[in-house]
Amino acid sequence: MKLLVCVSKTPETTAKIAFTEGNTQFDTSGVQFIMNPYDEWYALVRALELKEANGGSVTLINVGPAANDTVIRKGLAIGADEAVRVDTEPSSALFVAKQIAAYAKKEAFDVVFLGKETIDYNGSEVGAMVAELLDVPFISYASHMEMDGDTATVTRDIEGGNEVVEVKAPFVVSAAKGLAEQRIPNMRGIMMAKRKPLKVEPAVEAEDLSVAVHYELPPEKGDVKLVDPENMDELVRLLHEEAKAI
Amino acid sequence: MVLIFAETQKGKFKKAAYELAYYGYQTAQALGTECAALVLGTAEGAEELGKYGASKVYHVTDTALDTFDSQAYTKVIAAAAEKAGANVVIVGHTSTGKSLLGRLAVRMNAGSVPAVNAIPTVEGGTFKVRKPVFSGKAFADYEVKSENKVLSLMGNSLQPQEVGEPASVEALDVEVPAAQVTVKEVKRMEGRTPLPEAELVVSAGRGMKGPENWGIIEELAETMGATTACSRPVADADWRPHHEHVGQTGVAIRPNLYFAIGISGAIQHLAGVNSSKTIVVINKDPEAPFFKAADYGVVGDLFDVVPRLNEAMKKFKAEN
Repeated sequence: MKLLVCVSKTPETTAKIAFTEGNTQFDTSGVQFIMNPYDEWYALVRALELKEANGGSVTLINVGPAANDTVIRKGLAIGADEAVRVDTEPSSALFVAKQIAAYAKKEAFDVVFLGKETIDYNGSEVGAMVAELLDVPFISYASHMEMDGDTATVTRDIEGGNEVVEVKAPFVVSAAKGLAEQRIPNMRGIMMAKRKPLKVEPAVEAEDLSVAVHYELPPEKGDVKLVDPENMDELVRLLHEEAKAI
Repeated sequence: MVLIFAETQKGKFKKAAYELAYYGYQTAQALGTECAALVLGTAEGAEELGKYGASKVYHVTDTALDTFDSQAYTKVIAAAAEKAGANVVIVGHTSTGKSLLGRLAVRMNAGSVPAVNAIPTVEGGTFKVRKPVFSGKAFADYEVKSENKVLSLMGNSLQPQEVGEPASVEALDVEVPAAQVTVKEVKRMEGRTPLPEAELVVSAGRGMKGPENWGIIEELAETMGATTACSRPVADADWRPHHEHVGQTGVAIRPNLYFAIGISGAIQHLAGVNSSKTIVVINKDPEAPFFKAADYGVVGDLFDVVPRLNEAMKKFKAEN
C-alpha cells in the first residue's frame, strides 16, 4: 500500500494571535510553529501503523516554503519513509488541495491521510477537495480504521455518535482524535530522518477563489460579575433576566 | 438564487435546518435574490423550511440518499444547484456539511468559506463573509471572487425567525450515482442534544477530583436540559467519554450558556468555548484564568455550589 500523509505547519497552540499590515496579515513574529496536531498525532501515526502491519510505504507531503522543512523532518523522524515539499506559499485551501492532488495523481497513492482540520484556519476543507479532484471517496473524522487488503473499515465521528463505513482504496481519510496515539520521535529516528529523501516539487498552476482579506480580534470581555456562592438564586436570576440565557 | 442543503436525521429536520434556511434567506436578501432549499432522501415536513425563508423546496426523493456518501451527495447537490439556477450553495458546518463543502467547491468551481458565523455583505459587487479562525481566538473576513460560492454555516450562529409561509415542495429529478461508501452502522446516543448543537452546556474539569463525583454535574444538566461536557485532562484520564471533550483539540462549541465547573481555563480549552454567548465559571481558586473569560463567576467549593445551583435551577424551572 502506498500511503500519502498531508502535513500542515501551524502556530503552536498557545501562540499569541496578532495581526499586522492593517490587520490583513497574521503576525508571525515570535510565533513558534509546529506540525498540525491532527496531522501528526493521528493521520501520520495511523498510516505508520498500517504500514508496519501490512507493508508498503508512507510519504509525507507539505505545501510551503523551505522554512517548513523542520516540520517535515519531524514527520520523517516519527517514521515516514520519504517526503515531498511543493515549493510555494499556501495561499488558500483550494490552492493547497490542487498541489496535493496533482502529486497524488502522478504517484497513484492508495490512501491519502490528513488531519480533520488545521488549528489555524479550522476550515476542514482540503481533504474533501483532494478527494473531489481525484474523484475518490472521502471519509471524514475517522476515529478508528482497519484495512484488510484494499478494503478499509472506518468509524467516523458524527454529531452525538459515530458511523461505521466500508470503503475500497483509493480514498481520502481525515483523522480525528482516537485514530492513533501520538508518537514522540526518538534519537535514532531523528538521526535517520536526516538521511531520508525530501524532494522539492514545483507548484502547479492554481487560482485562489476565496481569500482572507481582514482579521479582527474578538472584543475584550468586560469584567466578570462575581456572585456570592451562598446565593445561587441570584445567579439564576442574572442568567434569566440579564443574560437571557435561560 | 441561493440554495441551502437542509439535512435530516432519520427523515426529520432539526433546528439546524431551520437556522440554515433563515441564514440562506438573509444571504439571499443581501444578494437581492431568493433562497430555495434542497432536501435529499426520506424527509417529513419539508414545507416547514418555507416558514424560515425558503421560497421553494426541491426534494430528491431517492432513498439511496438515506445513507451518506460525500461523492454521490456532491454530484446530486451540484446538479440540483444547476437545475435551480443557484450560484450560492450553503450547507451546515456539520460532519456531513464539512465532508461536502470542499467537494462542492471543486465541482462547482466555487470559492468556499467554511464555518461562517455572520451574514455575508455585498458592497460594490464584492462578496465578503466572516468566520472564526485560530480556534476562536480571532475572526477573518473572506472575500469570495468567483461567480459560484459555497459556504458552511457554523451551528448556533443565529436564531431562526419565522418570516414566511410553508413552501411548496417540488420533486426534483436528478440522477443519483451509486455510493462508493457502504454505511454498515449508525450509532447515536438517544436523548441528549449532541454537543455541537447544544444551547446549554454543563462542563466540568479536574476540580471534580474523580469520575465518581459526576453525579452533581449530571443532575444539574438534567434539571436544565443541558448537555454535559468536560475538559481535556478529564477525557484523557478516561473519567468521561472522549466525545464530551470540548476545546481546541476536542469539539469546538458555541452554546448560549456554558458552565465551566472546576476547569482552570487553559488557553487550549478557552479556544474551543470562548464563542459561547454567556460563560459562567465556578472555581474555588479566584486566580483561575477562566474568570478573565467569564461573564459570571462563583468563587467557591464546587461540591457545595453545584448542588445549591441545582436547587435554585429547580425552583426557577418550577416557577417559569
